[in-house]
Amino acid sequence: MLIEIGHFAMILALALAVAQAFFGLAGAYLKRERWLSVAASAVAGQFVFLALGTGALVHAFVVNDFSVKYVAEHSNSALPLFYRIAALWGAHEGSLLLWICVLSLWTVAVALHSEHLPRTYAARVLGVLGVVSTGFLLFLLTTSSPFERLLPAAVDGADLNPLLQDFAMAIHPPILYAGYVGMSVSFAFACAAMLEGRTDYAWARWQRPWTVAAWAFLSCGIALGSWWAYYELGWGGWWFWDPVENASFMPWLMGTALIHSLAVTDKRGLFKSWTLLLSVGVFSLSLLGTFLVRSGVLVSVHSFAADPARGIFILSFLVLMIGGALALYAWRAPALGSTVGFEMVSRESFLLFNNILLVVATFVVLGGTLAPMISDTLGLGTLSVGPPYFNPSFLVPMLPLVMLVSVGIHARWRRGALAESQRRIFGSLAAALLLGLAVTYGVYGSHSILTPVGAVVGLWIILSSLIEPAARLWRRLSLPAGQIGMTIAHIGLGCFVLGVTFVKSNTIETDVAVARGESKQVGDYVFRYEGGENIEGPNFDGFRGHVTVTQNGRVVERLNPEKRHYLVQGTVMTTAAIGARWNRDLLAALGEDVGNDAWSLRLQYRPMIRFVWLGAAIMAIGGITTLFDRRYRLAPAAATAAVAGAAAGGDAPVQP
Amino acid sequence: MTPRQRRMTLVAVIVAGVAIAGALALRAFRENVMFYFDPTKVAAGQVKQGQRFRLGGMVVKGSVQRRPGTLDVQFVVTDFAHTVPVHYANVLPDLFREGAGVVALGRLDAHGTFMADEVLAKHDEKYMPPEVARSLKAGQAAAAARNEEAAH
Repeated sequence: MLIEIGHFAMILALALAVAQAFFGLAGAYLKRERWLSVAASAVAGQFVFLALGTGALVHAFVVNDFSVKYVAEHSNSALPLFYRIAALWGAHEGSLLLWICVLSLWTVAVALHSEHLPRTYAARVLGVLGVVSTGFLLFLLTTSSPFERLLPAAVDGADLNPLLQDFAMAIHPPILYAGYVGMSVSFAFACAAMLEGRTDYAWARWQRPWTVAAWAFLSCGIALGSWWAYYELGWGGWWFWDPVENASFMPWLMGTALIHSLAVTDKRGLFKSWTLLLSVGVFSLSLLGTFLVRSGVLVSVHSFAADPARGIFILSFLVLMIGGALALYAWRAPALGSTVGFEMVSRESFLLFNNILLVVATFVVLGGTLAPMISDTLGLGTLSVGPPYFNPSFLVPMLPLVMLVSVGIHARWRRGALAESQRRIFGSLAAALLLGLAVTYGVYGSHSILTPVGAVVGLWIILSSLIEPAARLWRRLSLPAGQIGMTIAHIGLGCFVLGVTFVKSNTIETDVAVARGESKQVGDYVFRYEGGENIEGPNFDGFRGHVTVTQNGRVVERLNPEKRHYLVQGTVMTTAAIGARWNRDLLAALGEDVGNDAWSLRLQYRPMIRFVWLGAAIMAIGGITTLFDRRYRLAPAAATAAVAGAAAGGDAPVQP
Repeated sequence: MTPRQRRMTLVAVIVAGVAIAGALALRAFRENVMFYFDPTKVAAGQVKQGQRFRLGGMVVKGSVQRRPGTLDVQFVVTDFAHTVPVHYANVLPDLFREGAGVVALGRLDAHGTFMADEVLAKHDEKYMPPEVARSLKAGQAAAAARNEEAAH
């Protein structure tokens, strides 16, 4: 009964989403004060009914109601409670529901924090979000309802895919979606600005914190996914250029471009139309990602379903949304010319290069991701594009980008001449060179020219990010949250570059067959297989091996990799054992019993891999920090005044 | 430089940069894209000498042979019309199974054995990669047609 009430609540939520879209957009267009309030109420109502619908489904998972088809297919009574709840988004229908819930949460947050926005503008934002929500609710209810009953009810569920029975995987989708879906808030702000026909750039300041927040969630979500793939898939890879990874990485790349171009628009009023175009682009990539992942056109772990009806629905929705937004852009952008200029060597031009390089990188990834599908559709043969394409091609725009960061940080708005910053630039470069070469050749050894380059660039970014805030503190000047956040995020980028450099060039991995008591040298470490025993878990049985790792005769890690056999689905899963320190991981994974009392083992040494995820986490923390900047808390009148002042004033600092 | 010249220089630099990046990406793409062949296409000699490619099909039941105590493993991949022997010397994935679909990456050696450097068997045991499913269907049809001919 409860599940039918839940289903009904979802239909009401759809009706309210339509109302939100209509009264928001039409109310703002016709300037009907009453209608604007209706849009805000619809947001609240939609949230309540979505919570009701989702709650009904969660309840079905908690009480093991296997008369619900979705529950029967993706849960099991032996599954621990935490994973029964997480099983909600373990497959297509539920993850779509999660998407809609996250969108509703974002919309509620926008509605609550819109008192400083002009009334019609805020209503238009809610209206555009209502359109997005309507599309997704329609999709859920017509093609992929998780509320279907199963008659007769199953005795027990088919269990959750064992790969997904994991803490990081349980929280990865909500966080990733918070980022993904958050980009539709950014999109809604941009659309509202275009619908209003605003020629000023106050909207950039309103859009900026939402975009940065979404970007921070996206960074966290991608890092969590990578971490999960690393330890859960069992073979120690952390990035595969899998289409599904790319689907979330492309909005991140273009989103990074967007937050930088928003900075220029907010502070200087430049790049207005470019910023709007990027907002549309990031949202399109989020939708495209959904299309790629959910339509089943991809061969990948994540594509839960292969249902052409779903693909066609998303594709039409994609065309409508993007087509509509681009038409709106074509109509409004010509009025958005800028009158102010900037010099060749100014912060604006560095950020322009940042944007171009990031967009090129996005297209490099997009091309590689779509090529197999296009080739297959046109009958040009079935091909696959893997790391041998992505790694070098991605480096082409990224290498100049990370090199320009350290110089660009010191450039001033508007003005040319880096002369005054020369000491800082060359000083930090010299220190980075010294330190980077020492670490490369003294500690790790280099196998390619990219090792020292990466080490130096990573350190250079960290050092040069610290100079300006340190100087301000030294002179007892205030340090706005925006600048602290930017510094933190750039330090995160530096850590990431260092991590990727060393893990890419100094990893040692080897597959061996070893009998009990045999050992194998991996770099400085000796892995010794000590045998193992059979094990039994709550919903699996299997084998646990014991591997002792010594360095210079001293035991540094005892690893217990497992091979699990999940009883309900009959799947075999490798659970790798990882000995992690801040500067290196040692990994052992069991292959199979190869006879003669021997097992095949995969052994790996990965230096600095923690810096990859640490870097992403630091970037996200930096993004969140900027949200506390005072500039976002200005009353509308003050914001407009500040913007007007910046447009008129020359060198006047825009920092409020 | 006048502002106009400056802007033009900037645009020229950007266009040149993007063009270079595009050209490099295209080159990397052409050199590293991997084609998929099934055993029928391999038997027809569609694979260029020394070309690295993806081989897909089903692992023939009872064909997996391991040299005891080592990583060396041999198995036969079929699309029901033709077969290709495969050699592999690394840890096999969890879902690798006789009678299940498989995709292997590698090259053919002089004797026609596929020397795999990577073996992929993803998803669950019911899943078949779409290209493999297509190959198996075509192969099955070809084999059926051949049997019919032999019967006549």
